[in-house]
Amino acid sequence: MARRNGLVFLVLLLMFFLALSVVFPIDKGILGQRGMRLGLDLQGGIHVVYRADLSSAKTGTENEIMEGVIAVLSNRVNPLGVTEPVIYRQGDDRIVVDLPGLTITDKEKDGLSRVALLEFGELIAANETDNATVKWENVFGKWKSATGIIDGEEQELTSRYFKENTFVDQDQMGGIRLVFEWDREGSQLSEQITSRLIGQRLGIFEGDTTLLGDDGRPIAPTVQAVIAERGEITGLSLQAATQLARQLNAGRLPVPLEIIRDQTVSPILGSDFVSKGVTAGLIGVAIVMLFMMSYYRIPGVLASLALIFYAVLNLVLFKLVPVTLTLAGLAGFIVSFGIAVDANVLIFERMKEELIIGRTLGGAIEAGFRRAWSAIWVSNVTTFIVCIILVWLGSIFSAAVQGFGVTLFIGVAISMFTAVLVTRTLLRLFVGTALARQLRLFSPHLGGK
Amino acid sequence: MNIIGKRYWFFLVSGILFLVGIISLAVFGLERGIEFSSGSLLTVGFEQKVNQDELDQSLVSLGYADALIQTTGEGDFLIRLPELDNEAKNKLQAGLMTWFGTMTVGEFDTVSPLVAAETTRNASIAVAVAAVGILLYLTYAFRRMPNPFRYGTCAVIALLHDIMLVVGLFSVLGAVLGWQINLMFVTGILAILGYSVNNIVIIFDRIRENLLHGKETDFETVVNNGVVETLGRSLITNLTMLFPIVALLLIVGASIQNLLVVLLAGVIIGTYDSICVAPALLVVWHKRE
Repeated sequence: MARRNGLVFLVLLLMFFLALSVVFPIDKGILGQRGMRLGLDLQGGIHVVYRADLSSAKTGTENEIMEGVIAVLSNRVNPLGVTEPVIYRQGDDRIVVDLPGLTITDKEKDGLSRVALLEFGELIAANETDNATVKWENVFGKWKSATGIIDGEEQELTSRYFKENTFVDQDQMGGIRLVFEWDREGSQLSEQITSRLIGQRLGIFEGDTTLLGDDGRPIAPTVQAVIAERGEITGLSLQAATQLARQLNAGRLPVPLEIIRDQTVSPILGSDFVSKGVTAGLIGVAIVMLFMMSYYRIPGVLASLALIFYAVLNLVLFKLVPVTLTLAGLAGFIVSFGIAVDANVLIFERMKEELIIGRTLGGAIEAGFRRAWSAIWVSNVTTFIVCIILVWLGSIFSAAVQGFGVTLFIGVAISMFTAVLVTRTLLRLFVGTALARQLRLFSPHLGGK
Repeated sequence: MNIIGKRYWFFLVSGILFLVGIISLAVFGLERGIEFSSGSLLTVGFEQKVNQDELDQSLVSLGYADALIQTTGEGDFLIRLPELDNEAKNKLQAGLMTWFGTMTVGEFDTVSPLVAAETTRNASIAVAVAAVGILLYLTYAFRRMPNPFRYGTCAVIALLHDIMLVVGLFSVLGAVLGWQINLMFVTGILAILGYSVNNIVIIFDRIRENLLHGKETDFETVVNNGVVETLGRSLITNLTMLFPIVALLLIVGASIQNLLVVLLAGVIIGTYDSICVAPALLVVWHKRE
């Protein structure tokens, strides 16, 4: 018995040092992991939630569309140079974009949700009275979609027919040109339309609005010749043209996006918070340990060691899973810490009862753990159930709720291991030693009753 | 010690607290942060000295007569506005710059009414589903007992009682100190749910053990013994739980005050409730009082 316990002790000791080697250094990872990660609420950054307008989507295609939106958003976020951006779907029609740090501008942020579909239009002649076809209106007059016929069907001319090789260059005069190439269908349409519109203006629009040049005037060049293969758009600023070219190439969004949550978290609060939080946490834990040691003596010291083990294992799992630490996650951790202490308190109170009725230390330890186990198990399983429900619901609507559930679950699972197995192994080491006869060291309240 | 015998005193205390909470909720409601009511929140700091009246005037002239301004500890201003899109935000920033010169924008948060409406709904769903889960599991865990369903039901009633008292407390804090509820508040409520259920179940487990193995047959006495035997554990555990919360409250303070105060209140109310209310409910049900 004692020999087997010694073996378990050695294994635990080995595990502890292994765990330490995983945890430190805190900010570096091992085995390709990236080290401890802090959520946006702790390190600062931009959090945007979009709602995709799926009203025009055919039923059954929603998943495909949402995946497309995420792919396009990722393509647009990548060139911004944000470290570790996170883009994920939430619920049916939401997309969350988390960009740590505050390196991107408002313009770049606006650009993310841009549909990036250019449409071409022709002016409605003054004698045309049918107002139903008016799609845009600007200083030049009223516009309708420019259409042509492909395979006997009328089609609108849009950037849908651009090849993905749009680029920006400068002409001899230094003017900025956005150069694009039509695909096969696009060139058919463009040929039909431009041959019809020679000498007239071709309007360019994005969504409901006219594409405006750097000078603030609508871009609506007069068609000089039939255009079949490639075209160019002039008048944009270099910056606007570059962004547009990039977005035309990275693909347009399949559906419009609406911003429903837009949050910028200041990094100042973040860094300050983390250092203060760590200090406060350490002080709190130290007080708990001092209290346990003064109240329970030797078992209290052992429980404190188990708590250190508990904290280290938590950090290991946070790092390996990996868990992104947020405020809500921190709350889960605090609660699990309380539950970890509770397991030891339950056991020690039980041991006290057993010692009072006259058991030896060895007997009291075994009986105390056995009897306390049922309470620990039932209460922790109940907590697990709450956690599982929160993680499941959280995946649908709230990352915070999910983060809370995950850290609480991990913490409680570890506490069952450390508070029970670790504390018991350490306590058993004392059985049969000279100290074991000094029962007061194990339960200072003996004889009080 | 006879705790259960004084159950009607405890019910009276709970009833009064409950009533205060309900009245406060009915009269004042809750001070809702933008996560619950939609709108925009902007933190700005100015290089030159600006006082609140000047800022107020500038906002009125920029067309935001209904803006609410608060000062933060660091001399910055927290401005609460109706929902701003990016264009409106840029205009507002430019406008403020022409009034007060160089300005830094810290936190910015915009919540659409759609999201705001869901926050409350989602939180309620989470609590409700978790309560059903607890009810089902406890009924299963206590299946060898007569009337296992009662343990789950009493635990859930006690938990909802905890949550109601904390919500009531925040209604009072909102009315007196202007404290707003936000997502941290919701997280805190979930934390209480996860923590308090532990307290209650541990006492119920002791009652179960005494019923199955003890010689005592009077239900009220068995329940009372269970509560008294676990009293040491209840007080010590919950006392140790308060240490880290108070340390965080004193050192980190304002930025997560909501979460910590909910936790603090939740632990205290949860302790009271697991000792004085939840087991007493079992007795009342058993005796059909």
